[in-house]
Amino acid sequence: MSASPLVEFREVTKRFGAGPLVLDRISFTARTGDFLSLIGPSGCGKSTLLRLVGGLSPITGGTLLIDGMTPADAAAELAFVFQEPTLLPWLRVAANVEVPQKLRGVPAAERAVVRRRVLELVRLTAKTDAYPRQLSGGQKMRVSIARALALSPKLLLLDEPFGALDEMTREHLNEELLAIREQEAWTAFFVTHSVAEAVFLSNRILVMSANPGRIHSEIAVPFPYPRTAQTRLSRPYHDLVAEVSRILRSVEPPDGAVTAGVQSA
Amino acid sequence: MKPRAMKIILPLAAGAVVIAVWYAIHYFLHEEMRFLLPTPGAVLAALRDNAPALTRAAINTSEGALLGFGLAIVVSFALAIVLSLSPTIRTSLYPYLMALQMTPLPVLAPICVIWVGAGLKSVSLLTFVIAFFPLVVNTTQGLISTDRNLVELFGLYRASRLQQLLLLRVPAALPYFFTGLRIAATIAPIGAVVADMNAGSSAGDGGGLGFQAVIYSSQAKYPALFATAAVTCVLGFILNAAVIALAWFALHHWHDSYERSDR
Ligand SMILES: Nc1ncnc2c1ncn2[C@@H]1O[C@H](COP(=O)(O)OP(=O)(O)O)[C@@H](O)[C@H]1O
Ligand SMILES: [Mg+2]
Repeated sequence: MSASPLVEFREVTKRFGAGPLVLDRISFTARTGDFLSLIGPSGCGKSTLLRLVGGLSPITGGTLLIDGMTPADAAAELAFVFQEPTLLPWLRVAANVEVPQKLRGVPAAERAVVRRRVLELVRLTAKTDAYPRQLSGGQKMRVSIARALALSPKLLLLDEPFGALDEMTREHLNEELLAIREQEAWTAFFVTHSVAEAVFLSNRILVMSANPGRIHSEIAVPFPYPRTAQTRLSRPYHDLVAEVSRILRSVEPPDGAVTAGVQSA
Repeated sequence: MKPRAMKIILPLAAGAVVIAVWYAIHYFLHEEMRFLLPTPGAVLAALRDNAPALTRAAINTSEGALLGFGLAIVVSFALAIVLSLSPTIRTSLYPYLMALQMTPLPVLAPICVIWVGAGLKSVSLLTFVIAFFPLVVNTTQGLISTDRNLVELFGLYRASRLQQLLLLRVPAALPYFFTGLRIAATIAPIGAVVADMNAGSSAGDGGGLGFQAVIYSSQAKYPALFATAAVTCVLGFILNAAVIALAWFALHHWHDSYERSDR
């Protein structure tokens, strides 16, 4: 594992046009192999932070480096999984998974090899010839993850990928995501609303506060990988979930409350 | 009763009622006025007696309609791509597209005749003008309505503008294109017949159904006139059915409008 950071935020700020400050002097580093979760009140800038890393939106101030490069130059090392599966409805699963490679001009034979590998990783080889509308919500999300993995990214950015799924499916996909990571060592930035999910998946959790978005605190998750469904039943896991929930509540004012001087959205 | 059987029986029953009422009106009219509404039997007889002339006219009209329709598809798609590039281009060009659509065919027809001469060329050109507008408007709308998330995804993978157009915008616009195509398929045969009346030419047996209608009407061959109307109808149905089938082939795998309700 390399010692130099894979992602480095130095005093990064972000505002949209002449709007209010969305992210205020964000500083942290992520090492190769980190599974880093971002939690915080809605509107605190989690998605914005991820989009800065993905090069989908420019930073306003500070320095943001990915593997020593600007986000725009690091595009080839990144993959993004959105909250929506964002599949092309007119393409079968196979062709959907191959889209990123196709856009890069990878020849068909090579694409097929990679496609088989990633569909196997998400255990969806049986659905290779299906159209997206024939899949369940969880299956669509797995195709979306397979597509993201098709370019063998160093850094996987996931923005509430399981937010629209039911609890059972979500837990199942959490386990599957970690199982995939046992085979492919990517670094992950994972935005979620679920504390349980953050604790289960990550080795580091960044709690953000809102208006403007700041890093409130960082929590280390000490449980060793591989983690399984058993991990969720353990006492230390439950204690940590309670602890993180408490911290989150301290930065997240209850519904309807307006912090002094700050207008809630 | 099964819904499928109803789908056949109901229109047949309605058709039987219409024919009965038709006969009733015919015989209710004073004998000297009955020419106003020839009986279905008389129309069928006229269809049989005038079969060679009507077939030739139908072929000529179909030729004009298909040429114009095909030209409209090709040109509208190209123009829709240009229009989709920027709101400025759309704002600049839409008024003139509207103007073209607003000018009635009988006014355009003589201009067409001056330019390319009466006959097939004029009929195709006028059909093109009629079919063009719904196609270009719908296809453009489709090209600019692509799901923002998908556009973002393509941006993330650094797709070129051409890749974005061919692999994303065009397939996503297909349902809109087919909406335009169905409207165009409905009005193209009508346009072809009206164009034939105004800019057709019977030279060398080149006359179409519009021309034939003018002839029958001037000769007071009213059953034959009704038969001509029936043939026009059938042509329209065939073109529509072809377009519906094409849309089904292109969309039924993935588009929500073809989602089966029994799932
Ligand atoms: N494209 C944009 N233009 C203007 N403001 C934006 C844009 N995207 C996000 N914002 C604002 O930035 C803030 C953070 O949004 P976001 O990153 O989506 O929060 P989160 O993902 O934590 O819920 C919000 O106040 C939102 O209104
Ligand atoms: Mg968000």
